[in-house]
Amino acid sequence: MLIDWTHFTPWSALAGGVLLGLASALFVLLNGRILGVSGIVGGLLRPRAGDTGWRLAFVLGMLVAPGVYWLFAGATAPRIDAGWSAVMAAGLLVGVGTRYGSGCTSGHGVCGLSRLSPRSLVATLAFMGAGFLTVFLVRHVLGCCHTTHGAWT
Amino acid sequence: MKKILVKSRISEFVVGLVFGLGLIVSGMTDPGKVLGFLDLAGLWDPSLAFVMGGAIAVGLFAFAFAKKRTTSFLGGAMHLPTSRDIDRRLVVGSLVFGAGWGLAGFCPGPAIVSAGAGQPKAIVFVLAMLAGMWLFEIAEGRMRRTPNQQTGAL
Repeated sequence: MLIDWTHFTPWSALAGGVLLGLASALFVLLNGRILGVSGIVGGLLRPRAGDTGWRLAFVLGMLVAPGVYWLFAGATAPRIDAGWSAVMAAGLLVGVGTRYGSGCTSGHGVCGLSRLSPRSLVATLAFMGAGFLTVFLVRHVLGCCHTTHGAWT
Repeated sequence: MKKILVKSRISEFVVGLVFGLGLIVSGMTDPGKVLGFLDLAGLWDPSLAFVMGGAIAVGLFAFAFAKKRTTSFLGGAMHLPTSRDIDRRLVVGSLVFGAGWGLAGFCPGPAIVSAGAGQPKAIVFVLAMLAGMWLFEIAEGRMRRTPNQQTGAL
């Protein structure tokens, strides 16, 4: 296995991870809720009285995060290599899959594993495994390197 | 009662903000970095394992404590998941999600944050994701025989 030392950022990853853990901790202790983004957003499509405000407040906080980050730390430069059709297909798969699987990286991956939930462990292994396999197929079998940055050349 | 509601809304907003900042700081909002983690056979970037490690290290304590409580600190009910079933739905759904994640490098949280930054591809991803979630709602609406089978918490 070859490690990509140029892109490896253990400290910012750890610091960001601690923030994610902190947000999840605050949410369950203050609001009594699981911080699962797909569930929070998905619930907006099934609106019920008294069940919408908290979801919108949370999503609004997420939406302003890049602006706040920019104020203090400047702009980020994400590398989005996937083409438009791949982005659309990926969004559809993520939308359907997270709802059938009752969670995503936050709900199962962070909160579920923190709760030591066997159900979330299975879900996390499944989506991680599928993620590994998909990238392997796209990059190394189909060879359609939709990268312009040479991240793995 | 009203005061609790205002406090809750503020708390939810702040939590969303902290979570969004965490996603940016950690590198999760950079699909190139996410795909670098998922590319085991190429040049592997292990950073995201540190994201999970940092998050779970904090989460373990919080959830161990939360399990003992019957109300939240703001006075509301605890909405913790009750479902323990490991069924085909959970596995197939998660596999489909993982395939989409590996295709573009976005999962729901980072995509929403990046949409907030005005990234055109992230906005398209989020719209497609909402369409996918809406398809699920339609399918569920037809299938649903027993009400309240959804926990909806995750």
